[in-house]
Amino acid sequence: MRILWQITGLAIGMGLSIATADEIWVSNEKDDTISVIDIDTLEVTRTIDVGERPRGITFAIDHSVLYLCASDSDTVQVIDPETGKILHELPSGEDPEQFVLHPDGKHLYIANEDDAITTVVDTDTRKVIAQIDVGIEPEGMAVSPDGKIAITTSETTNMAHWIDTGTQELFANTIVDQRPRHAEFTHDGSELWVSSEIGGTITVFDRENQQEKAKIEFEIQGIHPDRVQPVGFEMTRDGQHVFVALGPANHIAVVDPKTYEVTDYILVGRRVWHMAFNGDESLLFTTNGVSGDVTVIDVESLEPIKSIKVGRFPWGAAYRPTN
Amino acid sequence: MFVRVIANYLVILWFCCSAAYADIAVTIGYLEQVEPQPPVLSNLDPIPENEGLAGVEVGLKDNATTGRFLKQTYALETRVVEEGGDFESAARELLAVTPFLIVKAPENQLLRVADLPEAAGAILFNTSAEETGLRDAACRSNILHTLPSRAMRTDALAQFGVRKKWTDWVVIAGPYPADQAFADAIEKSARKFGIRIRERKAWDVSADMRRSAFQELPLFTQDFPEHDLVVVADETDDFGRYVPYNSWVPRPVGGTEGIVPVAWDRTVEQWGAAQLQSRFEKTAGRSMRPVDYAAWAAMRAIGEAVTRTNQADAGAVRDYLLSGKFELAGFKGRPLTFRTWNGQLRQPIPLVHPRALVAQAPLEGFLHQRTELDTLGIDEAESACTAFRE
Repeated sequence: MRILWQITGLAIGMGLSIATADEIWVSNEKDDTISVIDIDTLEVTRTIDVGERPRGITFAIDHSVLYLCASDSDTVQVIDPETGKILHELPSGEDPEQFVLHPDGKHLYIANEDDAITTVVDTDTRKVIAQIDVGIEPEGMAVSPDGKIAITTSETTNMAHWIDTGTQELFANTIVDQRPRHAEFTHDGSELWVSSEIGGTITVFDRENQQEKAKIEFEIQGIHPDRVQPVGFEMTRDGQHVFVALGPANHIAVVDPKTYEVTDYILVGRRVWHMAFNGDESLLFTTNGVSGDVTVIDVESLEPIKSIKVGRFPWGAAYRPTN
Repeated sequence: MFVRVIANYLVILWFCCSAAYADIAVTIGYLEQVEPQPPVLSNLDPIPENEGLAGVEVGLKDNATTGRFLKQTYALETRVVEEGGDFESAARELLAVTPFLIVKAPENQLLRVADLPEAAGAILFNTSAEETGLRDAACRSNILHTLPSRAMRTDALAQFGVRKKWTDWVVIAGPYPADQAFADAIEKSARKFGIRIRERKAWDVSADMRRSAFQELPLFTQDFPEHDLVVVADETDDFGRYVPYNSWVPRPVGGTEGIVPVAWDRTVEQWGAAQLQSRFEKTAGRSMRPVDYAAWAAMRAIGEAVTRTNQADAGAVRDYLLSGKFELAGFKGRPLTFRTWNGQLRQPIPLVHPRALVAQAPLEGFLHQRTELDTLGIDEAESACTAFRE
């Protein structure tokens, strides 16, 4: 893999134009690397060395750079996706685990897992502009599409903390079930969804009044409910599906966001954690931590079509268009 | 009033848009009886003095952080009674200010406090007494156990033996009552899971093993019948450390030495446990031990009940803890709940060696109609505990 990358790098360096396919970038928590998957061939084309314990991974809005939480290096690394080189680092507070990029493209909201803090960093000036006290073990991060609200969920405090991005202060704290892991606003911004790993649920909040609107539970034949542990999830733009990773249950649940009903379960690799769509959302890539691979799901048929070996303990995934 | 509950209705109205939380101040008592430690051969691993209390302190911080967002505050009152001190008076003092007591004390002392008239409506959390009897005929309705029973631990080892097909065991038991109790629990677990105890031998060697383990142990183990595992029952950590690698035939060691079933250990790092470990290490300056974990879990259980019910009276907390709604994220991969028939916190049991987690019970394949966690320890049908039936 490394040789291939060098050749590709060389070719780019020589100014040759190569038609490259879109990519999925996967952070490998226990390898300190990123695996880059070519979406056309569904193969790993590059492996990039990064900082220690890479977890949260996201591209800039224009995809010009990649932001990566290097948790044990206590930094957010900014990486050139063409060369794989680390351009610079952002001050992130201690042990950054997850983050979310504000729609202004400028502010990163970072969960500092060991410090019970959410750090807000300006990616232009590379300065910390605010630190907000939240609950213990902050992890899930979300921002509303209009950019007015940021969310941090805290795993041991079992809350979603609602941050007013105008003042960088908390304006509400809502309790969810045990060990919240991930949060997302719906694409229209009207709802906030929060997954609870140990509680085994997703709580849906009405954004307007922060009241609980629905609770989604999961049930898989032959797997004890204790082991059905929702973690990462993603919503399709067309509002048809929400895909929910169920951790050690080794399945992805498919939820109808209109009825809050689970419509399907898809078998994937072991300890499925996070996921990313390709550009037209025809494919979904899930990171399977324990089996060390990525399952590719065909969104139309809801069938797994391939599994791709990546590094040790793949954690997060992000989509990069190249054309 | 044991607990001060102030409901400020104006505040509730003002915070109309999020859930209505009243100001609640909860005091939690920590009660410890310092026990004499019998002399042991090696001084390599002293028992930390603040074992238990350190877990309480980390749990208190966890509760306080959550409480901050809900107008709930938590305070700790501590009584550590030295050897020969007046334990009952200390207990009464605490019970006068709070119905929530986290207790580190031997079985008889714990029972004495539980039976005080002042403790009638209280909740005592047992964090250090492993005696299975406390979860059985000697149970009390006002004691909840966050420390696993000895039976839960030995059942975990037996499941491991079955899975590995290491089904013939020999036992070396030390002279102390706790050693005997551990060896008895091993025998009971062996019967439950179909393991043969080929021989049980009392440890009676008085030589200093630091010098002579290499000579003494092969002799001591030479006449054991054929076996797969040497089980050591040495709860005081006296001779067990000299058994591995010194047996007559090459066999793995388990029990209180070698592969050990525990409530908690520094090697547990899965399921987000690394976070709890690092929080604990930051506070205590050492790694978290089983009694610390049980004390932390007790504190967090109280916190969870107060958070979810928005009440701080003992009756409401007890009802919630024993209801189907309570679950504790205990960093062991699945929610922890209380057994409603004897007040024992259901929990997985890590099987560890000094440098890594080997496996975690319940092991795959051991099934139960309620939850696999109930394959560990006394089950409802065999429990002689009646105090929880009222």
